[in-house]
Amino acid sequence: MKAAADEREHEDIVAAGRPKVVETPAGPLYASRVRIYPRGISGFYRNIKWGVLAVCLAIYYVTPWIRFDRGPGAPDQAVLLDITNARGYFFWIEIWPQEIYYLTGLLLIGAVGLFLVSSLFGRLWCGYTCPQTVWTDLFMLVERWIEGERHQRMRLDRAPMSAAKFARKSAKHAAWLLISLATGGAWIFYFNDAPTTMVEVLTGQSSLKLYFFVGLFTATTYVLAGFAREQVCTYMCPWPRFQAAMLDEQTLTVTYQAWRGEPRGKHKQGDSWEGRGDCVDCRACIAVCPTGIDIRDGMQLECIGCGLCIDACNDIMGKVGRPRELITFATLASQAERAKGHEAPYRLLRPRTIIYATMLVAVSGAMLAALLLRADVTLTVIRDRLPLFVTLSDGSIRNGYTVKIGNKAHEEREFRVLLDGAAVAGAEVSLGEAAGVSGESVAVRADSVGTVRVYARLERAAVTAESLPVDIVLLDRTGREVARERTVFRGPAGRP
Amino acid sequence: MPTKIEKDEISGQQTTGHEWDGIKELDTPMPKWWLYTFYATILFSAVYFVLFPSVPFVNSYFGGILGYNQREDVARRMEEAAAEQAPFMQRVAAATLEEIRGNPELLTYAQIGGRIAFNNNCAPCHQVGGAGARGYPNLADDDWLWGGRLEDIHKTIQYGIRNSDERSRQSAMPRYGADRILDQKQIGEVAEYVLSLSGRAEDAERAARGAQVFAEQCVACHGERGEGNRELGAPDLTNAIWLYGGDRRSIVETIYNARNGAMPAWEGRLDAATIKMLSVYVHALGGGE
Ligand code: SF4
Ligand code: SF4
Repeated sequence: MKAAADEREHEDIVAAGRPKVVETPAGPLYASRVRIYPRGISGFYRNIKWGVLAVCLAIYYVTPWIRFDRGPGAPDQAVLLDITNARGYFFWIEIWPQEIYYLTGLLLIGAVGLFLVSSLFGRLWCGYTCPQTVWTDLFMLVERWIEGERHQRMRLDRAPMSAAKFARKSAKHAAWLLISLATGGAWIFYFNDAPTTMVEVLTGQSSLKLYFFVGLFTATTYVLAGFAREQVCTYMCPWPRFQAAMLDEQTLTVTYQAWRGEPRGKHKQGDSWEGRGDCVDCRACIAVCPTGIDIRDGMQLECIGCGLCIDACNDIMGKVGRPRELITFATLASQAERAKGHEAPYRLLRPRTIIYATMLVAVSGAMLAALLLRADVTLTVIRDRLPLFVTLSDGSIRNGYTVKIGNKAHEEREFRVLLDGAAVAGAEVSLGEAAGVSGESVAVRADSVGTVRVYARLERAAVTAESLPVDIVLLDRTGREVARERTVFRGPAGRP
Repeated sequence: MPTKIEKDEISGQQTTGHEWDGIKELDTPMPKWWLYTFYATILFSAVYFVLFPSVPFVNSYFGGILGYNQREDVARRMEEAAAEQAPFMQRVAAATLEEIRGNPELLTYAQIGGRIAFNNNCAPCHQVGGAGARGYPNLADDDWLWGGRLEDIHKTIQYGIRNSDERSRQSAMPRYGADRILDQKQIGEVAEYVLSLSGRAEDAERAARGAQVFAEQCVACHGERGEGNRELGAPDLTNAIWLYGGDRRSIVETIYNARNGAMPAWEGRLDAATIKMLSVYVHALGGGE
């Protein structure tokens, strides 16, 4: 009875706004949005989706509160992007702005990982872990709690405004706004110390900037998860567009097994299943779909691969006593085979997946190596350009270098600066007067960059070319080489 | 004008009634969000007109009821910046040059502040980094006309060289050729001798004759062996550094017309703290003694 009412309602909606394939190209290019009222469903994929949702939300809200002791003077927040002091912290990893390539690496790993997963299992990211999906799902859950099931929500929306309707609607929006606020609020904790910021924000002592960002992310969450929903996936997100390049006939996607389902038609209990397909045309798969599409039309741009229609159909198949998995995760290739009555094995290893996996291993390996070999000293050498070189009174040539030493350790350290290179073997090195310089060594404060001028002097006779290669070498207190940077020693043109 | 409103079949929208080559124009209304945004911008501009400077008059303008003014804003920010720096500037002004060198914090401040002041005031002649140019001494080398100790440099910057300030460093080289003190031949011989001081003479006999002229005319300032005199800003003629060029032609020209480079006094133009910072900066360019 209920299903029948649902169906009629859906019929109306489809008729109103979602034209089937238009025969003449004269149809309007603009389709107004059809409101979607997804029905609640339970089942295998729904349970996975709930689980992933809980884990994702937990990670998002809890992460900024994890503490990690880094010793005095350093923040004790495990994950923190400190914009003011230009440092990024991730547990034991501390990143300086010039090491932003770690972030690039992370994004690369994310992208290639997504390629690999997409080519293997379709849009798992879209259907389960994408923030847009997670928060939309959460908002729909709240909506279902407050406004009821699909047909109740449809009826409520059609009904004229009344006190009861107003109460329900405002309760829903209030709940949404609260979730949005928590979401926007949690975002700023990734950039500021969470406990102090929490207190400051709540007591009204925070900066206007912070409130602005809280407001901004509250607004985007509210609008994107409450109203835009599937339109983000269909119109705004670039991912559905280029995922087509990752999918092939061997990719697992949510598939309606047409060879088994067609010809579809109503079925009364006791009727024969001879000469007809298993689809009873109950439209349950459409009713649960968060993007409101009919998976029986085949693979579609709008389908986010959430698998809820599988759960819905399995439910129906159980009731009418036909085998489950009329809608299932399957590949195009296997469908073609099964239609002919053969089984087709799923091929995990394909050139595409092998290439993606290799790329993933390569990028991850490179990033891991970079991380493990990451020096706690950085050395930057800036050769003087003005003056390019200086002729001293005895005719010898002196070059000046500005040397920047980044000390990433949490203690002050002393370094010695040397010159190395066969061409400048006889060079005399001295350090310019500056804070921290004493004799040949320079002290650099903890977690900061020290600047020192380095002068190298060569006898005129030794300057045999306009440009001589030279290395500037940094030794720590024990005499161990910790950094080396190639530069040149410049002199006048022509031999002496 | 069309007499009846025509509806487009496909979109259900009415047309404007215009038609070109059989193509009819739809009268699609503006999207609501666009329209409201447009109204909002109109409202914004109205409010802006009242609050901020907006209407120009002939000799003045309507300044808005908030009284905002960009010039004042800049001036206020400059003042704020100066106020922030004030404690440091006072410390620099109160400290002696040696005290600044000895204090890491003041030293760093003075070197950075000195660099900025140098680039703003001194670089036009001495070049960025003190690289110098023909006639403008290189401040990064180890040769100094008037002394390379911190206090020498400080004094030079304070009072300048050969200017109208009576405390400025003074000296004058005679124009040996132009004023007919020496004849062409003698000038050539002195030049040969000067070249010989840095081991570059070609004619020992001429150089020997030049030595006599040098002993009569030049030693007073440039010293017995041409080693120069910092009291008088007379350059050392024996080393590899030549402010106006060290080739024969340039030396002859120098003797003939004389060189009397000048530098303005900076006291009065820059405050005492800035001059100290400049001294510290220049001293650390590589040649400080
Ligand atoms: S068609 Fe099925 S898998 Fe695709 S979005 Fe709809 S419910 Fe999810
Ligand atoms: S849920 Fe299954 S039986 Fe019902 S219409 Fe969809 S495919 Fe057919």
